[in-house]
Amino acid sequence: MTTRRQFNKLATLGTLGLAAPTILSSKAFAADKPIKIGASVSLTGPLASTRAGEIGYELWRDDVNAAGGLLGRKVEFVIYDDQSSASNVPAIYSKLVDVDKVDVLISPYGANLSAPLMPFIKQRNLFMVGMFALAGNDRARSDKYFHACPWGPDSMLGWPRGFFDIAKSINAKRIAIINSDLEFSSSAAQGGNQIAKEYGMEVVMNQSYPPNTSDFSAILRNINNVAPDAVFVCSYPADSAAIIRGVKEIGINDSVQIFGGSMIGPQYGSLLGSLGEDLNGLVNITTFVPAPTLESPGIERFFERYTPIAIKEKLDPLGFYIPPFYYVAGQIIEAGIKGSQSVDTAKMAQYLHSHAIDTIVGKVAFNDIGDWTKRRTLMIQVQNVKGNDINQFREPGKQVILSPEELKSGNLITPYNAARKAS
Amino acid sequence: MKRNNVIFTLGAFLVLLAGFFAPSIVTNPFYFFAGYVVVQYIVIATGWNVLGGYAGYINFGAAAFFGSGVYLSAFLFNTFGVPLWIGIIAAAALGALLGLAMGYLTLQIQGVYFAIATLGLVIVLETIVHNLPGLGGARGMAVYGPAPPAWSGGPVQYVFFVILIIAVACVALARWIEHSWIGRGLRAVRASEDAAECSGVPTLKLKLVACSISGAMLAAAGAPYPFYTNFIEPVTAFSLLIGLNAIAMPLIGGTRSWAGPIIGAIVLASAQQIATVTISSELNILFVGVVLIAFVALAPNGLLGLAKRKSAGASK
Amino acid sequence: MTSSLDIFLNAISTGIVLGSIYASIALGLAITFGILHIPNVAHPALVIVGAYFVFFMGQWGVGAIAAALVGLPVFYLLGMALYSFYSRTFERQGQANVLQSLTLFFGLSLVIEIIIALLFGSELKSVDASYVGSSLVLGPITMPYRLLVPALFAPIMIGALWLYLHRTHSGTAIRAVAHDDRALSISGINPTWIKRHAFGIATATAVVGGAALIIMGPVEPFAGRFQIGRVFAIVVLAGMGSIPGTLVVAIMIGIAESFVSAYLTPSWSPGVAFAILLLALGLRPQGLFGATR
Repeated sequence: MTTRRQFNKLATLGTLGLAAPTILSSKAFAADKPIKIGASVSLTGPLASTRAGEIGYELWRDDVNAAGGLLGRKVEFVIYDDQSSASNVPAIYSKLVDVDKVDVLISPYGANLSAPLMPFIKQRNLFMVGMFALAGNDRARSDKYFHACPWGPDSMLGWPRGFFDIAKSINAKRIAIINSDLEFSSSAAQGGNQIAKEYGMEVVMNQSYPPNTSDFSAILRNINNVAPDAVFVCSYPADSAAIIRGVKEIGINDSVQIFGGSMIGPQYGSLLGSLGEDLNGLVNITTFVPAPTLESPGIERFFERYTPIAIKEKLDPLGFYIPPFYYVAGQIIEAGIKGSQSVDTAKMAQYLHSHAIDTIVGKVAFNDIGDWTKRRTLMIQVQNVKGNDINQFREPGKQVILSPEELKSGNLITPYNAARKAS
Repeated sequence: MKRNNVIFTLGAFLVLLAGFFAPSIVTNPFYFFAGYVVVQYIVIATGWNVLGGYAGYINFGAAAFFGSGVYLSAFLFNTFGVPLWIGIIAAAALGALLGLAMGYLTLQIQGVYFAIATLGLVIVLETIVHNLPGLGGARGMAVYGPAPPAWSGGPVQYVFFVILIIAVACVALARWIEHSWIGRGLRAVRASEDAAECSGVPTLKLKLVACSISGAMLAAAGAPYPFYTNFIEPVTAFSLLIGLNAIAMPLIGGTRSWAGPIIGAIVLASAQQIATVTISSELNILFVGVVLIAFVALAPNGLLGLAKRKSAGASK
Repeated sequence: MTSSLDIFLNAISTGIVLGSIYASIALGLAITFGILHIPNVAHPALVIVGAYFVFFMGQWGVGAIAAALVGLPVFYLLGMALYSFYSRTFERQGQANVLQSLTLFFGLSLVIEIIIALLFGSELKSVDASYVGSSLVLGPITMPYRLLVPALFAPIMIGALWLYLHRTHSGTAIRAVAHDDRALSISGINPTWIKRHAFGIATATAVVGGAALIIMGPVEPFAGRFQIGRVFAIVVLAGMGSIPGTLVVAIMIGIAESFVSAYLTPSWSPGVAFAILLLALGLRPQGLFGATR
């Protein structure tokens, strides 16, 4: 009995402790081998609309390899389809780490798919770039986790804060909150509730609705009935479309000054095109829009190459929301490797924690749990859209930035009913 | 019969022994991650087959039982720190109760209605979980399990061994049912319910027993899951794919004997695991669909039935 | 300012309209499952095929309703082909058992969904029509045309189908086949042909249901899954084979869901159809409009 136990213990030590140094030393001799990056992408299932991000990975990889690779080694991606299901994630990432022996990881899309990984990367001491998960590392507190998205510190509250800052600036007191019964929107709604309390606002209505709701007339009538000053909407693409349509059909109370906040969908080309001018007046969160305050040669060059590929592959033709940050994920790894002159993940993490890095979306610095030290989500208002031509959204002035202050590119129109008509 | 029992017991013991020593022989954790899914589906397929295969009552709602097992063990652990093995027993008890209630409510009606009612159970339970903040609602629940015991070789090796024990127990139970008076009675129910009732088989009682045992196994399959993913949320816990696989696996292996679901689960779950890390596209699900259609059309009694037909043809 | 009476009236009218749309999706199943006893779980997936057909025709400038009419014969033939495949598969094995036919259609719906996803991508697709975006205002009631127009499909289809089943020779044969195959073949009608014909009609309704769905809102390839539960609940609750019952029950469920949304919280509404179904199955297994057998 004792011998077996000792044998097992030894084996445990072998896998947990001894394995890491062996891998490291073998890496040192492998200067000619490519650097492998492992990730899963939701090619199928409900999150399949996020797959346009993969183009971001490919463009970055091609750029790096064209410039001679990292530390003289080529860069290679190993990507699997997680089918948008968290139950596939543990096995996929174990395959990436234990069989494919990738050097660094990039997380799947969003909090639901990333959450199963957090104890794993912490236990195994792995380096991972986080993709779009709100508060992804708040609980595990891994020091080798770096977020590619601009949620900023304390992202659970940071995400809704932009909307409530605007609400506060126009003296809104009564808030209605509606959200879809899915992870991302529930988190946003909960954050919204907390900030409303913090700002001394009254939440006069707080309703959640199931995914795949197609008729919002009952909810909109309830909103009209309580006559709020602001409506904070946390929705997913299909419901976002139905809500915008519902507002047009049912009408909205004149008391409502601003409407929107956390609607996923009107960032994607397909919905921007199909809803078109019905989106006018909407105040919503996003990560990137064409605006003079956000222009840079890097991002311009990115979209020059992204657009033709996306159109050819029937993916999001605009690609403002997700793809640039998939490129940024690569740039974080690039900065870590180049900065520390090694693929030792501890050294990479140390470098990234102590240096701000340049990306196509601007300068980025990380705090101790890998969140951006400064939130850079955008609060925009849709203005001056005419008809349903998708290409008009490539011009500045259609989605003007209201917040953050230093990127501001236009002024808020209130109330919502006036903003809907102004064009 | 007696000799078969000895062989089976020996085989079960060997499987457990292999599972216990596996972490010291197989050092690559990936095989435990992938293996967990396969063994989990052996439990699900076996549990489903007790009612679906032996009695011919189609349960579309395997995910309802699985999901309640997942949520119960996660809830018990997160709120009261209840250890996993008690969570498994509690989940099995809840599954048995759910199965019993389901049986009482619907077994008097014909097979297809039963199938639809079970589909409904999934949606009702998922809606309830969505609306209970204590269970995390739509945002799900993170489950950071306790450190695994030292002999297990790591967290994933540990849950793998746990699900393996559950699988061996369930298969043994299913095999016992098959050879006992319960199994004979259930077969009579499947052949013709009216005839069975007339010849004095207590059909309702038998069906209720099958419902509870099946429910208990399906829920027990879910209990270790939170410790495998470390995170649960309603959409994956009540996923349609679980209900689909629960039907497809026995069908592929063969529904008449305890070995069928095992074969089906190993074949289909391994194929899915391999497809996930190789084909990696829509083709994966397409593959499952095509396999299902092909088996229904070409081998309605599963691989075991196919093998039997082959050997019968050869002996002719 | 909306009063509570307005909310009540609107909840009822929205429920009626939604229920009627559910009926147009459930109608095909009422024929295949209710009359032919084939548990066609792929029907909601076929409805999605119908929606994409309407979307595809829309790309060529064909309006949604016209596209649905064009689609009727196409889907009728598709249904006949499906039934031929189904009957050939099971004739060879003798009687089809429930498990095998359920699994066959489950597999089929997976294949259908993936083919749509491969052809059209998995992004949301929608159609545009002049009536989308405006509403009919009747006193306190505001009813979007986006819901009102597709809600008219079901009563029209159900009326036509009822007339066909009760006033024509082949319609009577379809009703007869539900009760007794052999009696029908003695009377000189080929039951297989009649069943294939009925399956064709059932599949043809899918394109109309699909049109209703895509006029109502954007559609994605996997949207059928969320309908499976509800449409089965409707058909079973209506009592197998009762065509007008399908409409009545669908509207009841629509109203129940709409009330839960308006007065309780919308997040409970997916459970409504099934809570009703589970209760009803316990109390009155033959359905609300079914004959006792």
